[in-house]
Amino acid sequence: MAQNSFPSPISVNAEDLACERGGRPIFEGVSFSLSGGEVLAIIGPNGTGKSSLLRMIAGLLFPVAGSVTIKAGTQEEGFLHFLAYGDGLRSVFTVEENLKLWSRIYGGETGGEAIYDALEEVGLAHAMHLPARALSTGQRRRAGLARLVLSKRPVWLLDEPTSGLDRDGEAVLGGLMRTHLDAGGAIIAATHLTLPVPPTRTLELQ
Amino acid sequence: MSAFSAIIGQTVKASFRAGGGALTGLLFFLTVVTVFPFGVGPDLNLLARIGPAVLWIGVLLSLLLGLDRLFGQDREDGALELIMVSGEPLALFVFARAAGYWLAHGLPIVVVAPILGLILNLDALSLAAVTATLLVGSPALAMIGAVGGALTAGLARGGMLAAILVLPLSIPVLIFGVAAVNGAIADPDPFLAPFLILCAFTMFSAVLAPIAGAAALRLGLD
Amino acid sequence: MGTISSLANPTRFLSWSARILPFVSVLAAVTLGIGLYLSLVASPPDYQQGDSVRIMYVHVPASWLAMFCYLVMAGAALGTLVWRHPLADVSARAAAPIGAAFTFLALFTGSVWGKPMWGTWWVWDARLTSVLVLFIMYLGLLALWRAFDDPTRAAKVAAVLILVGFVNIPIIKFSVDWWNTLHQSASVIRLDGPSIAPSMLWPLVVMAVAYTLIFVALHLAAMRAEIYRRRARTTEILIAARRPSTAVRPAAAH
Repeated sequence: MAQNSFPSPISVNAEDLACERGGRPIFEGVSFSLSGGEVLAIIGPNGTGKSSLLRMIAGLLFPVAGSVTIKAGTQEEGFLHFLAYGDGLRSVFTVEENLKLWSRIYGGETGGEAIYDALEEVGLAHAMHLPARALSTGQRRRAGLARLVLSKRPVWLLDEPTSGLDRDGEAVLGGLMRTHLDAGGAIIAATHLTLPVPPTRTLELQ
Repeated sequence: MSAFSAIIGQTVKASFRAGGGALTGLLFFLTVVTVFPFGVGPDLNLLARIGPAVLWIGVLLSLLLGLDRLFGQDREDGALELIMVSGEPLALFVFARAAGYWLAHGLPIVVVAPILGLILNLDALSLAAVTATLLVGSPALAMIGAVGGALTAGLARGGMLAAILVLPLSIPVLIFGVAAVNGAIADPDPFLAPFLILCAFTMFSAVLAPIAGAAALRLGLD
Repeated sequence: MGTISSLANPTRFLSWSARILPFVSVLAAVTLGIGLYLSLVASPPDYQQGDSVRIMYVHVPASWLAMFCYLVMAGAALGTLVWRHPLADVSARAAAPIGAAFTFLALFTGSVWGKPMWGTWWVWDARLTSVLVLFIMYLGLLALWRAFDDPTRAAKVAAVLILVGFVNIPIIKFSVDWWNTLHQSASVIRLDGPSIAPSMLWPLVVMAVAYTLIFVALHLAAMRAEIYRRRARTTEILIAARRPSTAVRPAAAH
């Protein structure tokens, strides 16, 4: 990974967020702020809304109250990467085709070599031309990580990033996270396990 | 724009890969049209009279067939969330999906329709009129269909429900499509007016359907 | 605006609707009684249609209400999508079956009227056809609501369909009119003949008021039921979220 600097300063600010699912309040009054080079870990037991908070930051859920602002220098849009249970891999397409599609949508690199390099970084280069249906759960997660490598985006939102990954996979994830932080990026991860990179901030949901 | 063409390309490619519905849709169209004469009898004059309508209804039904796959998979595998996070306008995505769907499912049917018109005893003028009206009218059906697909994305038996929701909305397209064909054949009836209205429907739905579809997808995810 | 929004709070709504509902129901029943007397007994038979014209008094208001109901739902759908008001989707959801019922009544009475008039139960008249399509759209909406198990998600998606339908209904109407003039000769008997005599107009107006009151009463009652249904749902979720130690062992059967 080359030294890649994102437009700075990077900041993620959440103010007084409240969440409601199916008429039941999940959390309220959640605030945090985060800048480039930092990792925020959202922790807490099941059902406290870790994923919901992450989805709210991603703009997939409307907050009942409060707001989220994400800034990266003068960049107008395209701040986020979202890595969750759904990896967006279509089983009839090869790993390469899948990654190429997401790179084109996310404005990343689409060349065969770049895709090969990214896959090599996550230990999946041998499967580049295989259809995605041939991949195991852990390999699908790795393909998802390759997506993050291909398109440079300043803020990563990771939902249970270590789930489905073996020890080696966790090491790969840790390496990618460190590279991203060194390049000035920010990471928000929701997890009930330990992250391969120690978080600089922790937000506990009750 | 790259994202837009990428999604169209992916939709078309997926439709022709194993498990894609494009060929099934085409086959369904062939079957529906072939079955019609068994229902109404082999009277060639009657078939020539109802032929354009049969072809139009065949296209309509066949385009309903793949609606559940249009956004259902995107919801299951998380692609929909990735699209929304990417910052690309969701309406553009819906438009691209519908356009790809039409290219893969609609266009082959439009190409085959005049051949099937022959076995329904349509003359050259009718064949040309049917093909022309299908060409400008079927994209509207794909767009309206995309709204139905978006409304029912993520539902277990979404395909059937999408068809129920979409059929009443596609009545105007059917009416003007068949009216234009009849206008081309029978002299007193106008051709140009219904044909232009059909074009208007296609443009109208190409603007409004993606907006409605995007709203349905976004709200369905919330 | 302040009063309206406080009246629209679900709990407030439950309290004021409980007080108002009996009055509206009684008023609806009385008006319907008067209307039925005026239209079925007091009004003169038509010089052409004879007594079968009396079907008009139950038919015409039903088709008005069929459209009015959709209008209410479209307003509610806007309320759901634009203002995210909690009562708006309750209102839309409650109005749909009532609208479907009025639409069915319009179709049924139209058909019964058509038998002596046209000698057949059904003609593909532009109006009848449009109402039939409206009926199918109501049923489609009901099916969509049933297909979701989460009512808040269902409400939002259904609101999109209601508005799509709202844009489409005039187009469908226009198309069906075109289709009808293309296919039917001029012999179609129009329901809206010459201007209506005052002796027939008054019963019709009273019946229209009665139908509207019936709609209001049914709508309020259905909204109340819907609110309670949702509260029951929320309670279920809250119970599931409690500690296991709050469980109560069922009494042993003897």
